[in-house]
Amino acid sequence: MVKVKNLTDKEYLYGHKACPGCGLGTIGRLALKILGERTIVALPASCMSTVTTQYPQMNYSVPSLTMAFAGTGAVLTGMSAGLKAQGVTDVHVLGLAGDGGTADIGLQALSGAVERGDDFIYICYDNEAYMNTGVQRSSLTPIGANTTNSPSGTASYGEKKPKKNLFEIMIAHRIPYAATASSAYPYDFMNKMEKTKSLRGPKFIHIMCPCPTGWGFASDLTVEIGKLAVETGMWYLAEYENGKVKMNVIPKTLKPVEEYLIKQRRFRHLNEDTIKLIREHRDSEWRIIRERWVLSNC
Amino acid sequence: MINKSKSSNLDFLNGDEAVAYGAKLCRPHVIPVYPITPQTIVVERISEFVANKLMDCEYIHVESEHSAMCAAMGASLVGARAFTATSSQGLAYMHEMLHYVSGSRFPIVMMNANRTLAAPWNIFGDQRDSLAQRDTGWIQVYVENGQEALDMIIQAYAIAEDDRVYTPVMVNIDGFVNTHTYELVDIPQQNDVDEFLPPFKSKNAIDFNHPRSFCMTASTEWNMEFRYQQQQAMDNAKKVIEEVDKKFGDKFGRYYGGLVEEYRCADAEVILVGMGSIIGTSRIVVDKMRDMGLKVGLVKLRFYRPFPVEYFKGLSNRVKAMGIIDRDISFGYEGAVASDIKSALASSGFCSKVINFIAGIAGRDITKEYIEEMYNKLFGLTQGHDEKELQFIGLRW
Ligand SMILES: Cc1ncc(C[n+]2csc(CCOP(=O)(O)OP(=O)(O)O)c2C)c(N)n1
Ligand code: SF4
Ligand SMILES: [Mg+2]
Repeated sequence: MVKVKNLTDKEYLYGHKACPGCGLGTIGRLALKILGERTIVALPASCMSTVTTQYPQMNYSVPSLTMAFAGTGAVLTGMSAGLKAQGVTDVHVLGLAGDGGTADIGLQALSGAVERGDDFIYICYDNEAYMNTGVQRSSLTPIGANTTNSPSGTASYGEKKPKKNLFEIMIAHRIPYAATASSAYPYDFMNKMEKTKSLRGPKFIHIMCPCPTGWGFASDLTVEIGKLAVETGMWYLAEYENGKVKMNVIPKTLKPVEEYLIKQRRFRHLNEDTIKLIREHRDSEWRIIRERWVLSNC
Repeated sequence: MINKSKSSNLDFLNGDEAVAYGAKLCRPHVIPVYPITPQTIVVERISEFVANKLMDCEYIHVESEHSAMCAAMGASLVGARAFTATSSQGLAYMHEMLHYVSGSRFPIVMMNANRTLAAPWNIFGDQRDSLAQRDTGWIQVYVENGQEALDMIIQAYAIAEDDRVYTPVMVNIDGFVNTHTYELVDIPQQNDVDEFLPPFKSKNAIDFNHPRSFCMTASTEWNMEFRYQQQQAMDNAKKVIEEVDKKFGDKFGRYYGGLVEEYRCADAEVILVGMGSIIGTSRIVVDKMRDMGLKVGLVKLRFYRPFPVEYFKGLSNRVKAMGIIDRDISFGYEGAVASDIKSALASSGFCSKVINFIAGIAGRDITKEYIEEMYNKLFGLTQGHDEKELQFIGLRW
């Protein structure tokens, strides 16, 4: 278990230009504290790369590579292979990619890299839209969310489709390790990062990253929103290892989705009917979770 | 099939196999590669080399050409020597990555089997695929046969990895006509290649003692300076290419002439300029016409980027007419090679004595007769005949 007093004082990501209250800085910073200085970071086009690698103000004190939007998985493969071919075995290669760069344009490269079993850690920080280009929807945008290209209107309740399940896509690859996490649960995240250090092969963490700018909440509410996502069942914390899924947090009763939705501008337009749609989707997801992963593990 | 244990170094290889041997001799650490006709034999031979421990490298079955170039870039970032090969649709598919690699100055070498692009679908050769990548910042060389392909893979690393260059190199070899044609190829000895091309110590790779960010965002305040440096590197490459050619020739006995090679141009009245496999056929036609007393010459344009602009500037006062063969056309204008040469000639006022021949599209043969026809049109021009500036050769109607 990770203990705060054992965490390094060194900062490997600082001085970045993310919006106040963004979960993204916490994720990169904590991940690198766990992995340490012999880590190479790959960053596709995204908020993460935009706010951390603007020449001449570089924000990583580990080597990093800013990359094509679609290629994170493949570039990790290449780094890992290049190190292996030169006999280097004590270096972590880490991908930090957004939901769009992972679940949309980068899914092919990620699938290829995971299928090949290459040795890397891949973090998908999920702010549930293309934030860097101004809040357009991705396949991980939740149903009902207002984005700049899935706007609500007289004939639209916002994003039409529920969020794609990336965690299960990774499980379908029989990946050595996959987890979901949240920037609002730093211990849980750091412990998961810690696990990735000792495992060989592809490791994948899908971490929720609340975005004050794109979701529309005050910058001091990031942790609260992240927690509410889990407490309302709109997000969950889980791990896949040795062929089994473990739920890290199982709320006894899920809080009403309204508690989560109401705090965010992107859901403000919703009415009772559309909130019902969201509730039903959440409930059906949780039925699956309980049947497949909670009950079967008992 | 891999031919084992021979007393002689000569082997009967097709162009793709020659490329595979060239790559093997360079000891790349990482080869991410995706198959496409007519490059597939390269992929197959290298995988056989690896499967039989004749080659020690990380051979990666990537799931696309875009990923092939991403992986090559990742490998280069950590200081590894990377090789890949592609063609046509595959080259187009990696287009985005070509810019990333050259812009962040990774000295990767790639073979491209020249093939046309869809649509209409066709797997045969022309040079549309690589010419369309002109502005990606890659050095582009075009070879005439399998031997030159093998030799240029080796030279390509020496050029790309030179401190003054640090720019990726694309070795272009005509699809089928070269990739699938068997010739006697001299395979250099490994220890000679090792001497010529020592292990790669990249200056543009990660160093944990001095962590750097690569390929980062450069704002308007800085971006142009990065581009200027790329242009400088290309200019430097001109000299490096000549040096490497000399060094290679001294060691292996084969000199290629650097940016261009002239064939019987000394007293030529009319010359043809071309790239790739067409040169072989043209040499035969030149010899035949020379035997007939006709003063014809041939210029083999080897490097398309960096472009030998100084050479072409000097050519205008040596000859009376010039034909430029393009195995591609930039629709709405003319062949890309012709445009470049003409712009070099512009100040000389010589352009009225230039014909751009569009030929050999999508594998259509450029026969000896066609080449002779081109020379005759050039003679016609010198005698005051009217000739169109742009002509399709071998068209059905
Ligand atoms: C090939 C390509 N298409 C489109 C873009 C434009 N683009 C840059 S970042 C981005 C969205 C990134 O979204 P995500 O991966 O979710 O990261 P975020 O910015 O939300 O953190 C897009 C569409 C691009 N850079 N490259
Ligand atoms: S737009 Fe959102 S994800 Fe991007 S930096 Fe701002 S808060 Fe963070
Ligand atoms: Mg996003």
